Amino acid sequence: MLTQLLDPDAIVLQYPAQDAQDVIRLLSQKLLAKGYVHESFADAALAREAELPTGLILGGDINAAIPHTDVEHVIKPAVALATLAQPVIFRHMINPDEEVPVRLVFLMALEEPKSQVTMLQEIASILQSPQLVKQLADAASIDEITKILLQASA
Amino acid sequence: MSATKTILVACGTGIATSTVVAKNIEEYLKERGIQVNTRQCKATEVRSLAADADLIVTTTPLPKDLGKPVIQTLAFLTGIGKEAVLRQIEETLKA
Repeated sequence: MLTQLLDPDAIVLQYPAQDAQDVIRLLSQKLLAKGYVHESFADAALAREAELPTGLILGGDINAAIPHTDVEHVIKPAVALATLAQPVIFRHMINPDEEVPVRLVFLMALEEPKSQVTMLQEIASILQSPQLVKQLADAASIDEITKILLQASA
Repeated sequence: MSATKTILVACGTGIATSTVVAKNIEEYLKERGIQVNTRQCKATEVRSLAADADLIVTTTPLPKDLGKPVIQTLAFLTGIGKEAVLRQIEETLKA
């Protein structure tokens, strides 16, 4: 379940990010600090994003990115979340030349496919709801984020 | 009844978005009584695995010269165009 994998210490709200790399580094650091990932995770996630970006254009005004990398950099599955005060540019997952202004970033530390299928489905269904995306992006507290996610999965 | 089709589902790591895509496709086709095997792989592995696939569905850029039908879509993540792409997948398998 997403709320179980999303560590409150790995949620950063209204972050004034410089760029996509800044967000990925910040969230990777949060996961590293809590023992979810190896030190190699941050660089691996950045390298992956540079080659196969994860920007997604969603149905509403706010877009998201779902950076992640290979299992070898992961110790325990987890998700980190950043909402951004101002959008930063990620590139589009299918058309990497296209820029996607993003305000919601889910950094995923995945162990192997089948075990996180529910969590991945949950993230996908959140992304499919412009209303939920907006609520998350504008949330002012971690409690609010948790409440929104619990309601979404109910 | 035709033989079980194989769909190669690709994404960057082979474990993340391809998981969501494969699950969605399997459920949709199962409801329609269409047997499929889905196989998840990394985008970099597609060329070597394409020979055994009837269809390739991917969330990444892919080369155009794989010799098999390729559907690039983010619909299972964003919801945008989901129904249309599921129909397209069904039609491609029936062809």
